[in-house]
Amino acid sequence: MLTILYDGIAYGMLLFVLACGLSVTLGLMNFINLAHGAFAMAGGYCTVILVNRFGIPFALGLPIAFLFTALLGGIFERTLYVHVYPRSHLDQVLFTIGLVFMAVAAVDYTMGSSQQFVQIPEALQGQFEIAGIGMGKYRLLIIVICGLLTVALQLILAKTRFGSRLRAAVDDQRVARGLGINVGAVFGITFAFGSGLAGLGGALGAEILGLDPTFPLKYMIYFLIVVTVGGTSSITGPFFASILLGIADVAGKYYVPKLGAFVIYAVMIVVLIWRPQGLFARGAAR
Amino acid sequence: MSTCADDVALYLKRRARWSPLEIAFWIFAFATIWLFPGKYLILKDTAILALFALSLDLILGYAGIISLGQAAFFGLAGYFSGLVAKYGFINEPVIALICSGVVAAALGFVTSFLVLRGSDLTRLMVTLGVSLMLGELANRYSNITGGADGLQGVEIAPIFGRFRFDLFGHNGYVYCLIVLFICFVIVRRIIYSPFGLSLRSIKGNNLRAAAIGIPVKWRLVAIYTVSAGFAGIAGALLTQTTAFCSLDVFSLERSADLLLVLIIGGTGYLYGGLIGAVIYKFLQDWLANLTPQYWQFWIGLVLVVIVLIGRERMAGWIGAMRAFFHRLGARLAPRLPALGGAGSKGP
Repeated sequence: MLTILYDGIAYGMLLFVLACGLSVTLGLMNFINLAHGAFAMAGGYCTVILVNRFGIPFALGLPIAFLFTALLGGIFERTLYVHVYPRSHLDQVLFTIGLVFMAVAAVDYTMGSSQQFVQIPEALQGQFEIAGIGMGKYRLLIIVICGLLTVALQLILAKTRFGSRLRAAVDDQRVARGLGINVGAVFGITFAFGSGLAGLGGALGAEILGLDPTFPLKYMIYFLIVVTVGGTSSITGPFFASILLGIADVAGKYYVPKLGAFVIYAVMIVVLIWRPQGLFARGAAR
Repeated sequence: MSTCADDVALYLKRRARWSPLEIAFWIFAFATIWLFPGKYLILKDTAILALFALSLDLILGYAGIISLGQAAFFGLAGYFSGLVAKYGFINEPVIALICSGVVAAALGFVTSFLVLRGSDLTRLMVTLGVSLMLGELANRYSNITGGADGLQGVEIAPIFGRFRFDLFGHNGYVYCLIVLFICFVIVRRIIYSPFGLSLRSIKGNNLRAAAIGIPVKWRLVAIYTVSAGFAGIAGALLTQTTAFCSLDVFSLERSADLLLVLIIGGTGYLYGGLIGAVIYKFLQDWLANLTPQYWQFWIGLVLVVIVLIGRERMAGWIGAMRAFFHRLGARLAPRLPALGGAGSKGP
């Protein structure tokens, strides 16, 4: 029972790191980025190649995956995404689904369609017991890393100058522009950072979520659930939403394995009907 | 004295007239039965896809609702028609087809209340969620649906007890084409009715539409239900002609591909879905022959390029082409000036 809770929290933390970039993109530019998972996949494959082929230590592979995906995200944002911001939601959906299709086929072509595994160091394998609860070491690592990241993100958003600019831009883009904030640059940096986080999440999660070319399609729904349920106005909303989702998913798979993801979709629809703006959103409609 | 209502009625009547190009289109469509005897399978798939795209166009192009969950209706009706045929509840394919459409429409009616709330993103998620939920259910109750192996052992009785679904797909294709044509005529009638005009005004600006007395919510519920019904008929056609139904009828790819079809052909335009389906199917066939495993890449590329070029610009090209054909048609048939004149403002 507690093991399920523990695994669920680890899973939820992972989902949060994967999805928080998406929530910022969505909240800031009102842009529906279905291709977010493709960046996570890029991070995952980057680590797989570095660690398995070139023998780079796992601990070094993670930051490289972050930087690589952030760079990739930044390039895509500046060259392609900028043109799509002012378009309708339909165009955005089409554009990003197109990107997902391309990413899936391209990875299939270069890396093969089989599932990839990262060789994690032996020190992180296995599990230990505290008070009769079996805890995987690797999952503990995930919880620690993701927990630290969450705290760091919250601090950046709440305390730094960049954070206040970002929040201003999210609240009201036009007024923020009027105050002399370069919203485009803020957004570019945030997009790159969010993609980097997704890449890091993909690298960390390759072990738990499984990494194959259909990754962006498989987990797109989960990211979107986190974002829509959590709301896009803060970082705590998506955080709690992803923890909930993680626990619900692990518990659902454990207790009612045949019902699969049905429970989660049902819960999502109920929440969206009840609070279309998200569970933790502020009352006012944007 | 001509009142405003008379003007509208006259305008609608003129718009609803069949132009020579449309007639030529359908004559060609039916001529394919004899023109391409070896291509029945792909032609049949194209006809089904065209009907499916037509159903999405009703809500996306005319009512402005973004949906990623049209596959829910397609799949539900597909399984329904497969199950009734397998267990022999309804043996006549045409009646089964209509029943499947009604079942899908019922689901559409129920879910329409969920879809009509919230923003675009909420709609996307809810529509997608509904189709994924149905997919999970079909997977869960594998004793009924066959689960991941698909619904097997479906035997479809001959149409009207006479026309058997043959191995070459000839009768299947003719059946699909006739159903497509009938559905098209119905959709056309809906679009050119005052009801269709009111949908356009809702898409244009739903606040103003409500202000001039259009019951926005109920109009949207109605069109969503109708659209679900047509999607259901398309799904049932697929099951009936292949005598098989698998879990991928609910997949996200199906809905996403459908959007692409509609985008290629153009939204808010009756023939958009039809032309889009033809182009998409042959593009897919060609790409799959070229690179069997990676055709998805090129499909994705097409999507990205279309968005980057801009759909409005492409619609402009198509509009210019249509205007050219209208002029051509007017010159070829100088005795029918009303056709060119009435159609000068294309849909």
